[in-house]
Amino acid sequence: MPGARGAQPSGQVLALEVDHLTKRFHHRTAFEDVSFSVAQGEVFGFLGPNGAGKTTTVRTLGTLIAPTSGSASVAGIPLTPENGPEIRQRIAIMPENPGLYRRLTVTENLQLFAKLYQQRNAAVRIGEALEAVNLTARAQDLCGGLSKGLLQRVGLARALLNDPTVMFLDEPTSGLDPVATREVYDLINGLRRRGVTVFLTTHRLEEAERLCDRVAILNTKLRLVGRPDELREQLFTRSLVVETLTPLAAPDEVFNSTDGVDSWQPQGSSTYVLDVADPRNIAPQVTRALVAAGADVVSISESRHSLEDVYLQLIDDDPEASKR
Amino acid sequence: MKFSYLRLGAVLQKELREYRRSPFIVGTMAVLPLVFLVEPIIIIFRLGASVSPAVVDRSVSATFLLLLISPVLIPAVLSAYSVVGEREQGTLEPLLTTPVRREELLLGKALGVVVPTIAIAYVVFAIVELSAHLFASNPEVAVALSQGPHVLAELLFAPLLAGWSIWVGIGISTRASEVRVAQQLGTLASLPPLAVVALVSFNVFTPSFGTSLAFALGLLVADIVMWRIVAAMFDRERLIVGASAQREPSGGGGNRPTGVVRRIPRAGGSDHA
Repeated sequence: MPGARGAQPSGQVLALEVDHLTKRFHHRTAFEDVSFSVAQGEVFGFLGPNGAGKTTTVRTLGTLIAPTSGSASVAGIPLTPENGPEIRQRIAIMPENPGLYRRLTVTENLQLFAKLYQQRNAAVRIGEALEAVNLTARAQDLCGGLSKGLLQRVGLARALLNDPTVMFLDEPTSGLDPVATREVYDLINGLRRRGVTVFLTTHRLEEAERLCDRVAILNTKLRLVGRPDELREQLFTRSLVVETLTPLAAPDEVFNSTDGVDSWQPQGSSTYVLDVADPRNIAPQVTRALVAAGADVVSISESRHSLEDVYLQLIDDDPEASKR
Repeated sequence: MKFSYLRLGAVLQKELREYRRSPFIVGTMAVLPLVFLVEPIIIIFRLGASVSPAVVDRSVSATFLLLLISPVLIPAVLSAYSVVGEREQGTLEPLLTTPVRREELLLGKALGVVVPTIAIAYVVFAIVELSAHLFASNPEVAVALSQGPHVLAELLFAPLLAGWSIWVGIGISTRASEVRVAQQLGTLASLPPLAVVALVSFNVFTPSFGTSLAFALGLLVADIVMWRIVAAMFDRERLIVGASAQREPSGGGGNRPTGVVRRIPRAGGSDHA
């Protein structure tokens, strides 16, 4: 979704539409009453603690598992048992374990899947997929001899073969070195530019923050859906971090007399965290007050909470998650 | 989405490639027929020129039984591995995420077992026939081995018995929790049809064209019925999550009360937690 990282414009074509979806295995609930939608071309992060139901959700949307209740559409096709083959033709799922045939070469593995997707010009598609993951030179290697990182890249190449409308990636950078990780990020951004919807399950929160237009946090029930910055704003009060060269003699006088500062607290000997509604407009006033008080200001910056902070805040507050 | 011979062929090609690259599988495929090749050859070479035709006939019948053991046992072991083995390797889930239909997958796997099995069975049979014609000291041996009903029985029974073993093996493989259990059960379950062959071999009843064809027809029907049963048993969900997960009363995602922690409405959309 170029240029619209975050909010989903109304009226946009939806690649995934999930409505009150629930999956139970007899008495065990994998996920419950989950509803969200993902626009075509969006990169959607799916986060949650272990056992939260992320993989089961992916398997359900991938038609491997039938939902207990609720409805969904995947790539514009209603999620029903009879539509399974048609949905699977339009999506690709890359599990965390790529699951490649170790006695077959990289090309032979891809040939199998290209034929299962009934690809015409299979050789061309395989060549393009290998090039996309920078594996052309290893095309004739047996998969049994490849490192985990290379296997992961072969798995990604396999997911590209059918030119999917929706791609489900489960921990795609697991086991990859930083260079290979960067290549996967580039690949995902390339998919976004091509209008492919990416459903990214990850534990790497910085990865989700970097790549995803929106994220959802699941803990059996869906806890949050939104843009990373939106989640930060709603979960955390905004604040300014002020650092001075030496401790202020009377910080109460400085901060309490400045308009817009709701409250403040010291952090260390000469650092102060100020809760403010509008950091950008309050910062000059605080600077002036500090200078007027004779303080040597080292820095004034807006406190930035990462997606990891959001996640941890949410999970810390969740009594169910803390039991895991 | 219709049945696709391209997808069927892709599964078959993958199966054959895997066998070719696996010395252990090829080795076990080769050893069993060799054992059951040596025994018949010893039997027919030990028959002297003076041995009566009745003894020759009995020995040749026993030979046929030995020749039909390989097409029963080899596919039983291989097919029992076919599904549960893929699950243990982690290759089943990616396979099931493709549009492949269960019929294409199962037939591809069955053909992957039946092709080498039949090839081996016919080659062994040809070696025995050739050896009897060229080297047997009793000319009645070659005559008995070339009898129409016997040859017909060998040619028909080998693929049909293999078919039974394959469907039983795959059926067990779709439900077994681990490879060893599947292979042991598959081997045991493949044996009953051999009992009928044994009746023929022990001259409880003498094969004729009619009885051979009737038995072959019965095996064919049994194979088709087994194929339909196995196709019906093939359950993607069960294969992915396992029977224990489906039954498990607690654990994993948990059966805990799930109070809503925080609701953050999505901007510009209709998502709700």
